Amino acid sequence: MLILRLAFASLRSRVLTTLLTIASIALSVTLLVGIETVRAGVRESFAGTIRGVDLIVGARGGTLQVLLSTVFGIGSPAGSVKRSTMERWEAHPAVKWVVPYSLGDSHRGFRVVGTTSDFYERYRFRRDSRITFAAGRAAVADTEVVIGSDVAERLTYEVGTPVVVVHGLRDIGTSSHDAHPFRVVGVLARTFTPIDRSVYVTLEGIEAMHEGEAVAGTGAPAPAAGGTTGVVREESTVSRRSTKDRAAAIVEANTRRAASIPVAPPPGTPMAMPGAEPPPGTPPMMPGATPPPGTPMVMPGAAPPPGALLVMPGAEPPPAVVQQVKQAAATAVASARDRAAASAPRPTTAADVEHDHGDDQITAFFVGTKNRFEALMLQREMNTDLVEPLTAIIPGVALGELWQNIGSAEVGLRVIAIFAVAISITGMLVALYSSLEARRREMAILRAVGAGPRLILSLLVLESTLLAFLGCVIGVAFVYAGLAIAQGPIEQRFGLHLAVRALGTTEYTYLGIVLVSGMLIGFVPAWKAYRTSLVDGLSPRA
Amino acid sequence: MSDATAPAVELSRLRFAYRAGHDVLAIDHLTIARAETVFLHGPSGSGKTTLLGLLAGVLQATSGQVRVLGQDFSTMSSGARDAFRARHLGYVFQMFNLIPYLSVRENILLPIRLEAARRARLGTASFEAAVQDVAGQLDIARHLDSPIAELSVGQQQRVAAARALIGSPEVVIADEPTSALDTDRRERFLELLFQSCAKAHATLVFVSHDHTLMPLFSRIVELPEINTAARGSGQSGTPAAPAGRGRA
Repeated sequence: MLILRLAFASLRSRVLTTLLTIASIALSVTLLVGIETVRAGVRESFAGTIRGVDLIVGARGGTLQVLLSTVFGIGSPAGSVKRSTMERWEAHPAVKWVVPYSLGDSHRGFRVVGTTSDFYERYRFRRDSRITFAAGRAAVADTEVVIGSDVAERLTYEVGTPVVVVHGLRDIGTSSHDAHPFRVVGVLARTFTPIDRSVYVTLEGIEAMHEGEAVAGTGAPAPAAGGTTGVVREESTVSRRSTKDRAAAIVEANTRRAASIPVAPPPGTPMAMPGAEPPPGTPPMMPGATPPPGTPMVMPGAAPPPGALLVMPGAEPPPAVVQQVKQAAATAVASARDRAAASAPRPTTAADVEHDHGDDQITAFFVGTKNRFEALMLQREMNTDLVEPLTAIIPGVALGELWQNIGSAEVGLRVIAIFAVAISITGMLVALYSSLEARRREMAILRAVGAGPRLILSLLVLESTLLAFLGCVIGVAFVYAGLAIAQGPIEQRFGLHLAVRALGTTEYTYLGIVLVSGMLIGFVPAWKAYRTSLVDGLSPRA
Repeated sequence: MSDATAPAVELSRLRFAYRAGHDVLAIDHLTIARAETVFLHGPSGSGKTTLLGLLAGVLQATSGQVRVLGQDFSTMSSGARDAFRARHLGYVFQMFNLIPYLSVRENILLPIRLEAARRARLGTASFEAAVQDVAGQLDIARHLDSPIAELSVGQQQRVAAARALIGSPEVVIADEPTSALDTDRRERFLELLFQSCAKAHATLVFVSHDHTLMPLFSRIVELPEINTAARGSGQSGTPAAPAGRGRA
């Protein structure tokens, strides 16, 4: 093909201009595709923060609050959830498993999570990665901790290092649980999620820690809690034993709710707390009252009284609903108490109240469903739990919501990329156009020896398309070469996994735009050549 | 396509203006017979290059007729004129005739590769034979594979002539092709050009302001004598143009 030969020879004859033009296009294509890759990587790694968990359930609060406080460890949870509530939901037919998640303590700036060994089994991140141990094993005993890779690195801890946990998120001014020292038994492999920056203990560990605190008398005064190890332990036993009963009672309460609404509230029920005055140290919690932000709902040794479960910070149920909930809850509590009293061998009212006080508080729990499609239904059910105000979130949905809020940065990235392409295409036009100025003579010769305007046009459009095409190919090659080289370092340095993946629709759209504009730009000098070569060709001054 | 008996060139009542009202050319009548070698003489600005543009079909007459080989350009589309030029005309510029990134051989081959009809005229001869033949006549056979940049100006003009002559076009138009050559080389170049044109039975229209070459040609045409536009509006031609632009 003469035209191909002409195009190639002509490009080769201006090798420097040609290479510079290709390089400028290639670089902007690299920028475009690279930005797209980074954007997808960031989004992917963000969405991959938590997987395998169908629902995260916490105290009534905002969706993002639950997500941020549990998964990211940002801010404080809206409140706490009773362990019994978790166990109650565990019995739900749609639920496959639950994993408790208890926050509120920290170790040298890293948050301490109380959970069970199921956590390591159930939690997934990125695509479907499991938590693995770089060293050691899961925490089993109440003195054992497992640490994330960042914790291990920053604090130079390893298996066997003794650890002291502090209540609250800062080391200063709060009580340290010196009485209950821990020991590192496991170090998790790096996940590039907030897991790396967490310390994991067992629920018993947290419990024992706070017991020790109560014994040592360094914690907040909690007179009503009784303050003895024995009592607390006993309570948890009782609470565990009576779980089924209470679950039944609550189901009953929920089903009875509709019926009970029109009925006048039993006199005094909302506030009925037989035999138990709220402990003096407990902050007064009234319906609609908002506790100071950040107030930890987990109060060592001083669980809120039963009435308090109706009032959650930030939750503002309309009075009517409050009324209904109160009724139902009161009924449920009464019923649960009755059954517990009936089944428990030690039927003292005080013990019952104590057991409600001592029902372990956890921050949240993770839920896996038997069938993922049931997650939505389950979420709705949990959000309308009448006994304890809960917020259940679907992590993927909540992450998406969060991304919507913080993802505007990616729009910025895109705008930059588009500007880059606009600039390089302009550069290409300038390069092609100026080369044409130098080639007027060439066009005139071609026309004089019989090349028609169509051939001239095809030649110039072919050249510019060729430049754009080579620019695209080289640009994409740059991206993959860059990924091959920098993928590891970027992952190690920033925890951002940039996947090597096939080009997506967005990338093809970008490439298409570059190619088509390259082609269209060829028309500009071609049109000019067509108009001027007629005259130029025969003019001696040319 | 072309009438074999028609004169090579026939102009009648030709008028041409780049801008309306400012005729550059006004020629009542001019006929150039086949196989003539015509020396078209005129000083700078007398419309020589414009006339060649009209003859090559690159420019379109404002009014009147331009017939080349019996074909009336005014009735042909721009594309048809391009095809006609490729088929029947050879063209040699004053200088910079060659495409710099192609070899000598490729430059010479351009017209026959671009136009099938011109190719057809080679008959049974191969491209290579045709190139060798025309390059031999113009004494550049040794340089066929050289890069253009290594050729002297005289050699380049001979390559241009070879390109104009390959495939035996009926008319060869040369626009001051010798202006960049010294006197000795001029005559040598013309000698080769005449021989080649004679062999191809081609009509040569040669434009120059160089009187010394006149005796070599079979016919001399003084452009100022036939161009009434230049004569009649001598003052309003080139000098008046800036004034006209100023008014507009």
